[in-house]
Amino acid sequence: MQLIRNGKFVADDFATVGDEDALPDGAVIVSLERWQKERDALTARNTPLGVRLKSGQEPSAIADDLDKLKVVALEFPVYRNGRAYSYARLLRERHGYTGEVRAVGNVLRDQFHFMVRCGFDALEVADNITPEIWAESVGAFSLSYQPATDGREPVLSLRQRLAARASAREAV
Amino acid sequence: MYRYDEFDYQIVNERVAQFRGQVARRLSGELTEDEFKPLRLMNGVYLQLHAYMIRVAIPYGTLSSKQLRMLAHIGRKYDRGYGHFTTRQNLQFNWPALKDMPDLLHDLATVEMHAIQTSGNCIRNVTSDQYAGAAKDEIEDPRIVSEIIRQWSTFHPEFSFLPRKFKIAVSGTPDDRAAIRVHDIGIQIVRDGKDAIGYEIYVGGGLGRTPMIGKKIADFVPKEDLLAYLEAIMRVYNMYGRRDNIYKARIKILVHEIGAEEMKRQVDVEFAEIRKTGALHLPAEEVARIQAYFAPPGYETLPDESTELNKAVLADRDFANWVKSNVAAHKVPGYAIVNISLKPIGGTPGDCSSDQMDAVADIAEKYSFDELRVTHEQNLTLADVRKKDLPAVHAALKAAGLATANINLITDQIACPGLDYCALANARSIPLAQQISERFSDLDRQHDIGELKINTSGCINACGHHHVGHIGILGVDKKGVEYYQVTLGGAADEKTAIGDIVGPAFTEEQIVDAIETIVTTYLGLRQPGERFIDTYRRTGIDPFKESLYATH
Repeated sequence: MQLIRNGKFVADDFATVGDEDALPDGAVIVSLERWQKERDALTARNTPLGVRLKSGQEPSAIADDLDKLKVVALEFPVYRNGRAYSYARLLRERHGYTGEVRAVGNVLRDQFHFMVRCGFDALEVADNITPEIWAESVGAFSLSYQPATDGREPVLSLRQRLAARASAREAV
Repeated sequence: MYRYDEFDYQIVNERVAQFRGQVARRLSGELTEDEFKPLRLMNGVYLQLHAYMIRVAIPYGTLSSKQLRMLAHIGRKYDRGYGHFTTRQNLQFNWPALKDMPDLLHDLATVEMHAIQTSGNCIRNVTSDQYAGAAKDEIEDPRIVSEIIRQWSTFHPEFSFLPRKFKIAVSGTPDDRAAIRVHDIGIQIVRDGKDAIGYEIYVGGGLGRTPMIGKKIADFVPKEDLLAYLEAIMRVYNMYGRRDNIYKARIKILVHEIGAEEMKRQVDVEFAEIRKTGALHLPAEEVARIQAYFAPPGYETLPDESTELNKAVLADRDFANWVKSNVAAHKVPGYAIVNISLKPIGGTPGDCSSDQMDAVADIAEKYSFDELRVTHEQNLTLADVRKKDLPAVHAALKAAGLATANINLITDQIACPGLDYCALANARSIPLAQQISERFSDLDRQHDIGELKINTSGCINACGHHHVGHIGILGVDKKGVEYYQVTLGGAADEKTAIGDIVGPAFTEEQIVDAIETIVTTYLGLRQPGERFIDTYRRTGIDPFKESLYATH
């Protein structure tokens, strides 16, 4: 697995630990269950923390803890399961979360574009993904019809600006 | 009709380029068929029983003559000289080679067409009323909002991996020709007490193995909020739709399990939140921009009566029969709506040859403002024909073998491709439709029987909409033998109903006789002016059961 963060291939500075594993030093990502059980101990470590949500575990479960979390990892159990697209948008748009939202699990190249649009800024991807593949996939569409989380201006608003400019020209 | 601007073109062309890369990866072996599957499905490419199939999107069923000519060309160049119109107002090509798909999509893109979201677990091609813009009782042309939904749903990043496929239909008239209550979302355009136009929303209708009628969850969503409301429904569905069992993954199951009230509550909560951001607020200018594309064509001022038409009706019995069944009333005096049957006696419902497509394109260009529609009943419609041109239109259609006078009659059947094409089917549908068509080929008898819709599906997935046929036929497999189960009383109009199962299934040899028995029973029971469905609603299933299973 490799980590792409903000479009760059980087070393993963977080260790994802199982519920029964001993906690290593440094930054860790734990399951929701472990977080709920060991919140105080984990917070007391004073190292960066992340929580990993399985499909079906909604962001509202950690809504009150978001200021303590550097990473929220959202799991795609299979490519077909797109629940986490909604979760990512809710984290960003509803809960105002500004930390890392990481796509984990079955993260396929042809989904990068959609994931980035929904607010994922980090993706754990297969080892055969190259920077070229990333660029091609994420840049497959230079325009979008609908507003999402990436702040990209939708076609509808581009049209309005175009029309406004045209009518301004006419007025001159 | 809608015309692409630079943005629409760019999106579609980028899609063609993307798919070209994906096909290249498949052909080089970099992608396995399994890995390629979700990618091709997003482009309407299926792997059927014999070959790859591509389903071309015809948004809300509207086509220009130029577009239809391109479909004819594609049929000749990449397929076997024909295409198949489907109940989703789309067109399927059954035989193109995978290597040709990118070129095929490129050709489509030159006429503002594509195969985006005609398959896969995403928001599918939006369907609507084939009489849009021409219907007398229309509140507003449903194609405007259909186009707005098409754009919003295209490559929607949050809703491209839903629990299952998702279908939206829009009706602009109280008479429902778009079957909105058997869609995941049905949108009924309505006017409120203050004359504002908005939308009544139905959710959770659908056919398949668990047929359900949509439940109304909103009486009036204002125009500017429609996309926010739709996004709210989609988000609730994406988060809570079941993913453990594909047969239970449609939104109808979610609505059924939590109840329409709870569904409404959850959608309203989400809607309120989405609305707060204002991001999906639909500006009146954008609605007006799209509305302008669907402005009424340049109708002439004509007398409503046409002497040419009246004369021809008296002179030509074939023509008179065709006018009676295939021509519908138009909102503008002197105009008529022409339905073109793709159900010739003994033919395959929905099939159309490339030559016929060219012929229809010419007729539409000459007589109907260069534009036509595909219906969810697998026919074509010319929405704006001058009454005085009807004899000429009929003659031109007849020359193309497209003048079958059977719209809404017993031989105007819906049938899925069935076992002859489909990898899912358990039984054949097309030969059965052909046999029924031949049995009832006598036109006088068809007119005497009157409106009667027979819908046939070759498997439980119900692509042939058997649940909502007045007579529904479902092919089932019993130990390797094809059987046919009959339902009665289904309807897909404003009085949508799921048909009742009549009893034990019939063999292939028995089924056509069984249909005949049902028809004969109806003829014996009907009161003057009663259609089959009216009689059935009055008498119920018992007399039909009795005559079907009477032991002699």
